[in-house]
Amino acid sequence: MTLTKLLAGTAISLAIASGSTAAFAGDLTVVSWGGAYTKSQVEAYHKPYIAKTGTNIKSEDYNGGIAEIKAQVEAGNVTWDIVDVELSDAIRACDEGLLETIDASTLPAGADGKAATEDFLPGTLYDCAVANIVWSTIFAYDSSKMPNGPKTMADFFDTKAFPGKRGLRKGAKVNLEFALIADGVAAKDVYSVLETPEGVDRAFAKLDTIKGDVVWWEAGAQPPQMLADGEVALTTAYNGRIFNAVAGEGKPFEIVWDGQVWDLDLWVIPKGAKNKDTALDFLAFSTSTEQLAAQASYISYGPARASSSPLVGKFHNKDIDMGPQMPTNPANLTNAVQNNFEFWADNADQLNERFNAWLAK
Amino acid sequence: MSDTAINTMGNKAQNAAVNNGPLIAADGTPLKQKLAKTTRAMKTRAFLLTMPLVLFIIISFVIPIGQMLHRGFYNPAVSNVMPSFSVAIKDWDETTGELPSEEIFEIFVKDLALAKKNREVGKTVGNMATRINYELPGSRSLFTKSARKAGKITEGPYKEALFALDKKWDNHNLWRTLKRASNDYTISFFLAALDMKYDEAGNITRADELYRIYVPILMKTLLLSALITLLCFLIAYPVAYLLSTLPLATSNLLMILVLLPFWTSLLVRTSAWIAMLQQQGIINNIFVFLGLIGDESRIQMIYNQTGTVISMVHILLPFMILPLYSVMKTIPPSYMRAAKSMGATNTYAFRRVYFPQTIPGIAAGTLLVFILAIGYYITPALVGGSDGLFISNLIADHIKKTLNWSLGSALAAILLVVVMVFYWMYNRLVGVDKLKFG
Repeated sequence: MTLTKLLAGTAISLAIASGSTAAFAGDLTVVSWGGAYTKSQVEAYHKPYIAKTGTNIKSEDYNGGIAEIKAQVEAGNVTWDIVDVELSDAIRACDEGLLETIDASTLPAGADGKAATEDFLPGTLYDCAVANIVWSTIFAYDSSKMPNGPKTMADFFDTKAFPGKRGLRKGAKVNLEFALIADGVAAKDVYSVLETPEGVDRAFAKLDTIKGDVVWWEAGAQPPQMLADGEVALTTAYNGRIFNAVAGEGKPFEIVWDGQVWDLDLWVIPKGAKNKDTALDFLAFSTSTEQLAAQASYISYGPARASSSPLVGKFHNKDIDMGPQMPTNPANLTNAVQNNFEFWADNADQLNERFNAWLAK
Repeated sequence: MSDTAINTMGNKAQNAAVNNGPLIAADGTPLKQKLAKTTRAMKTRAFLLTMPLVLFIIISFVIPIGQMLHRGFYNPAVSNVMPSFSVAIKDWDETTGELPSEEIFEIFVKDLALAKKNREVGKTVGNMATRINYELPGSRSLFTKSARKAGKITEGPYKEALFALDKKWDNHNLWRTLKRASNDYTISFFLAALDMKYDEAGNITRADELYRIYVPILMKTLLLSALITLLCFLIAYPVAYLLSTLPLATSNLLMILVLLPFWTSLLVRTSAWIAMLQQQGIINNIFVFLGLIGDESRIQMIYNQTGTVISMVHILLPFMILPLYSVMKTIPPSYMRAAKSMGATNTYAFRRVYFPQTIPGIAAGTLLVFILAIGYYITPALVGGSDGLFISNLIADHIKKTLNWSLGSALAAILLVVVMVFYWMYNRLVGVDKLKFG
């Protein structure tokens, strides 16, 4: 008797559970990096899209990487519809068959009438991914505590002239590039040097010089916080996070663009996404000329479409021109490196292993 | 002899006959069968009652752990992506120093072109490239790039055509690695987990010193776990003694102080330690306020080993206190009084009478704390910084970030073996039957 009751109870609760997931199936789940960045997307993409189509959007945060996409696709239960990823992750996930392919020719033409494939900046459209922004890793300092602040990447590694703790992202990527630039390697030669074992040794040797002064961060929201708390004197960070701390919260932070390593963020659709068609529609909408330009008024990341640039104006609630704040602004690009996704796809595992071994020593 | 006597004898004979034959139950079946039948029914019912638990253990424990162990050895990436090639390469004798034959190259190029078209999860060129890249770092793009062009090679000689695409293909070690990886079962991941690798000649050697990480971290995990267990013991023993000797009302109140943190979320407690120990945190502030240290020389107490040890001792402390308390509670105070009345000093009585009786509690507490500590993940991840990491953090890294699940599984399997070895040693030293958890 009790057993049948129990079974009946289980059956009912299962039915309720499956019913409740079915009820959410119509919502579009958009996954991004959280904080100021997700906020800019909510303002520039989500809200106008909801107003236009009436589709409900569920926004989720994550910390990058393709592990969750892989787990969902392999389990055959894909709950994410569209995800904002870094370039090397987009390439790798695409190579491994985890993503839907996206035909770039179906994207809307630019506001100036140019076809999408012409309008997007070179190297921003891929088989499974469409870039929305250009972002950058830079370093920043608190100008109220350092009136004569650092100017170059070499200064970041100069603990005598600029004493204090340094914040660095925990991982080999970008740190090795920074180390080489600080050691005098020209921006254009960084990856050819890194491809040699001596180059890797050289980068680690340079990192060794500041190892004792480093505080490691992992989430993008950490560095502005660490800088504000005085936990670090200088820190590497994503440029948009620092800009928003300055523009939004009035923090006295200063960005040093010398040696910046810029990269792309792209939309991808996991294979088997429940709302694939809506996701594609959302992707096309959010990467249109106007929406990309609108996002640039909430965070200082450069739009991936050429036709968006002329429309980029001021910060949404302050009189700050966004143009000079962009990683792609010519004045900021004088000594800049584009993240080489192929180098990192090939060497990330090995270099991170060495990085971890180096850290643990 | 009277009739009755004869009757009695007849009955006896009858009884004897019955006794010699099987006992019969009321319904005529032999009693033994009947008993077996009823006990079998009862056993079945009892077993059916445990079925949910058995199923639960099988589904949630045995199968996943089995899969994990399996994954550490089993990686079919190459044979999934290139079914024909992975069979053909087995005929190649790599010890001759020659590259594989032209036929094998032809099969390879054709398989590569076919694989390029495949978008099925787990069967793409990317999967194979990732697999080979684990053993030959930097070779990933060689596969993905060449696969894009492999379809254009339609006629021989295939070897030259492939070398023309990229001269990196002309590498004996690359083909040796491919042959090794085309075997679905491999020990490569266990080698990597033990900081070893195959060298150019195909022999197993230790990894380059700069890349050795897993064994040192495993050792550090064991050392720190031992230290945490020791600290827990030193703190918990007096606390448990106090709790067991105080009057019930007071000890209950104190017990709540022990249990309250135990019931509080792990994350909350860990975050509380961050607030306490960080450089701008409460403890440093107090030190600066008291003038013990200068504002410039605040002590780094978190995001390193110290932080990990402090917060883990706090978090695991109840697991030591509770078994100790439950054992101490059962030791009658009269034993100590008796020892003292016979002239033993306090120390002597404690050493010879009280302490030996608490050993089952100590054994249970240290085993619990040590084994929990070895596999701890969240606290070291939050407060460990760069040098307070545990092996489980590296496992999580491979499952979550690098997606090298095989290496993660191999590391987890090694951790499992280490825990089992400790359990076995413990059993030999203390005896598991002596454990008392309360």
